[in-house]
Amino acid sequence: MKNAATQGQFRRLSETGRDRVSFTLDGQLREALVGDTVMTAVLSQAWQLRVSEPGGDKRAGFCLMGACQDCWMLTESGERLRACTTFIVPGMRLRSKPKTPDEA
Amino acid sequence: MTEHCACDVAILGGGIVGASAALALRRMGFSVTLLERDLCGSRSSGVNYGGVRRQGRPLTQLPLAQRAHGIWTRLTELIGIDGEYVQSGHLKLARSPSDLAALGAYFEASAGFGMDLQMLDAKALRQRFPWLGESAIGGSLCPQDGHANPRLVSPAFAKAAAAMGADIREQMPVDEVAHDGKHFTLTCSQRLVLRAPYLLNCAGAWAGHIAARFNEVVPMVSSHPVMAVTEPLPMFMTLSLGVEGGGIYARQAPRGNCVIGGSQGYALDDQRARPSREAIALVLERTVELMPELRHAHLIRTWSGTEGYLPDREPVIGLSRTTPGLIHGFGFAGAGFQIGPAVGEVLAELVRDGASTTPISPFSIARFATAPPVFSSVPPSATST
Amino acid sequence: MRPDLQPVIVGAGPAGIRAAETLVRHGLKPVVIDEAPRWGGQIYRQPPAQFQRTRQTLYGLDAKAAAAVLDTMTTLLPHIRYRNDTLVWNAEGGQLDLLHQGQTSTQPYSHLILCTGATDRVLPFPGWTTPGVFTLGGAQVALKYQGCAIGSRVVFVGTGPLLYLIAYQYAKAGAKVGAVLDTATLRDQIAALPDLLAAPGLLARGMYYVTWLRAHGVPLHGGIQALGTVGDGRVDAMRWRDSLGEHEVACDAIGFGHALRSETQLADILGCRFEFNVQQRAWLPVHDDAGRASVPGVYLAGDGAGIMGAQAAEWAGERAALALLADTGQASAPALRTRANKLERALGRTQRFRGGLERAFPFPPTWAKQASDSLVVCRCEGVTAGDLRASVAATGTTDINRLKALTRVGMGRCQGRMCGVAACEILAQCSGQPLQAVGRLRGQAPVKPIPFAMTCATSPSKPEAST
Repeated sequence: MKNAATQGQFRRLSETGRDRVSFTLDGQLREALVGDTVMTAVLSQAWQLRVSEPGGDKRAGFCLMGACQDCWMLTESGERLRACTTFIVPGMRLRSKPKTPDEA
Repeated sequence: MTEHCACDVAILGGGIVGASAALALRRMGFSVTLLERDLCGSRSSGVNYGGVRRQGRPLTQLPLAQRAHGIWTRLTELIGIDGEYVQSGHLKLARSPSDLAALGAYFEASAGFGMDLQMLDAKALRQRFPWLGESAIGGSLCPQDGHANPRLVSPAFAKAAAAMGADIREQMPVDEVAHDGKHFTLTCSQRLVLRAPYLLNCAGAWAGHIAARFNEVVPMVSSHPVMAVTEPLPMFMTLSLGVEGGGIYARQAPRGNCVIGGSQGYALDDQRARPSREAIALVLERTVELMPELRHAHLIRTWSGTEGYLPDREPVIGLSRTTPGLIHGFGFAGAGFQIGPAVGEVLAELVRDGASTTPISPFSIARFATAPPVFSSVPPSATST
Repeated sequence: MRPDLQPVIVGAGPAGIRAAETLVRHGLKPVVIDEAPRWGGQIYRQPPAQFQRTRQTLYGLDAKAAAAVLDTMTTLLPHIRYRNDTLVWNAEGGQLDLLHQGQTSTQPYSHLILCTGATDRVLPFPGWTTPGVFTLGGAQVALKYQGCAIGSRVVFVGTGPLLYLIAYQYAKAGAKVGAVLDTATLRDQIAALPDLLAAPGLLARGMYYVTWLRAHGVPLHGGIQALGTVGDGRVDAMRWRDSLGEHEVACDAIGFGHALRSETQLADILGCRFEFNVQQRAWLPVHDDAGRASVPGVYLAGDGAGIMGAQAAEWAGERAALALLADTGQASAPALRTRANKLERALGRTQRFRGGLERAFPFPPTWAKQASDSLVVCRCEGVTAGDLRASVAATGTTDINRLKALTRVGMGRCQGRMCGVAACEILAQCSGQPLQAVGRLRGQAPVKPIPFAMTCATSPSKPEAST
């Protein structure tokens, strides 16, 4: 399957015949598929999940199995979720980076 | 091959008290050997909350705490690192009018000791610290109290002492301590035999065994405060928090992790302790109540340690009543980190002068004695090498 | 069944499932606790319900074994209490602490079978924290669990049988595989053949993957040293070195790993005795041939007790359950003996094969020495190899827990899972100690991060403990 207009880190190879799910990423409306983890939903159309605290560098997860703890994402309301072990839910409002001045 | 050593002062225990005593003694020119059964600063001194706090101490401890405050202010000069020490301020919160009254009473009683306490009402709290939950109705702020990283500071005292020529022996448990009337002989399982006219008992929660060895039984109990740490969070806690009447205490380290203590764990054995699930639940609950902002955060690790307490929650500091040359410095009831460096200096003064410039009589081991002392309390004068 | 018997199994991979099956067969009703939403563990991970790929597509040559394990669990469900989506974060006083959908509860147990599995063993290279670099296991999860490749042109690096399996799975699924870079040499693999022949089926499978990859034009390179990623904040290429010189291969994603490491935090919290295992270069909870740990009532099976592979995990799970049945008088030891002996013999042969794998895909012995000072070792805390070496030089420490206290290595959210191996290797190397002498990081509660908002599922609230 071709990716949607927005490219991302992950490439969907199969299993694309699933229902769509709408969510928001960094203030922008996006779509994913039912059964995507948050990590898949985001990385299929973006290149990072979070910013690491010590150095401020971008991170996009690592182990995909809930061990490395490097995929914790923020929601707009301040909650945190582990992207690789959380399924995308319609209406989720996620942040992969701090708000920019024009977003605030 | 057993090594035989002699020195002026033998020190049992490489926590902050023993290590700072070693440092102080070296500055006075005494030869010092410190015996630590594990690694220096690996017990309470290294795993405590990290509060560097005078406020809230019994008035009896304030002269020591003030002396320690001066030492902490010169910390980098003394031990070569800043140990993440900040004078962030310590805020002790009241959750009820009677708590507030207790804080007010302490404010009055401690007035002469130079802590510059400020009483804050609910309005002031909300204004200055909007991240505090509604349960805090007032507080007492000590602006120059603060916190540090015990994992860095305590070992650094030992390292500084070593750099000044103290013989620091880690992984050196002591099997036997004997006294022949003039000298102590410490035996470390066929590896080392150490002789010295002075012995400092700085063995922390285990110091009661040493005291008992010399017929000075003290009613020490072990306690296991629970510690917890969060993931790194954006900086919001600008000071170290305590709660009147107990509860939790919390600070935010420079990396952003919040360090929270409270409640009690349990001992696995004589040396190790662990947080209980009740304690963890209590810490979680009380933290969210005190700082609602943390409800979205995660706890990433808990731990506990072993603290020595006497029933009056005051330490034992001072000369032995039974054995010339034996000097005690232990039993800090979970509050030894801030005053530890001052106690070290006091122990050194006791060696050199037989007395200390800082009042320590409330901490005499005599208060637990049931019989009068068996010898004159003036120890032989030590010779400098 | 004795009313006081409450066996609990932690983990629902091949070991946990076979353990459960064995207990159920003898009339027990175990609780099976699974961190994942569906059983299967890592190796036989099942995608979410909406996914369509067949087992053949998902598991390839392992499809038959996978189906057997997965279908067995389906038949067990009415006879067990399956608690999925549930993290065991602590153990105390004969109870496990669980976290499920934001609520904590306790699970009492009389006997425990720990089948906690493994994660990738990570030996960092420069740029490994860059978005686009994942573990081999992670790359496999993306494919198996989500039908995704980790990138549009992937390079796989490291060593171990997983390296070739995952490259094969990716290429077969239609992903572009830029190269497979193995730190092991052909000579290593040839030298290991006699031991690998202890499991001829597995050996044949591995050779098949290699042959297939070659036949499909995937470049395979051995004897490599990973030099690092190219790209600013993303992966543009992988740099590596071999006997012919330095090379670069364009890619936008990297999957890497050097075999696996066991998840042992719960065994640690339960007080199990650990011993250093030379072959696995790791401290592991000790157990007898049946899987009994040093703590009575605790049994260990599968990769969580020492890397053994999926087939051996099934045997070990069953063997541990048989031990539990014998120990509790639920079945007489003689009646179980034939089967137990057969399993132990099979597990013994596995040991030989594992030795072969270690020879075929050896741990790169010069990794620590070659790690540059700027290399990030602890990705949670940003601690570099240079930070570790400087601390050792300044303090003379030879103990990993002291090094952790001084440098923060292993203090992050992952609590040393990703960095512990590398940190110990560097400490050993720069302090001149054997690896065993530097000690091990300890498991403490919570074994994974728990939310402050966690509420208590079971009442009543406890009376206040004195502070």
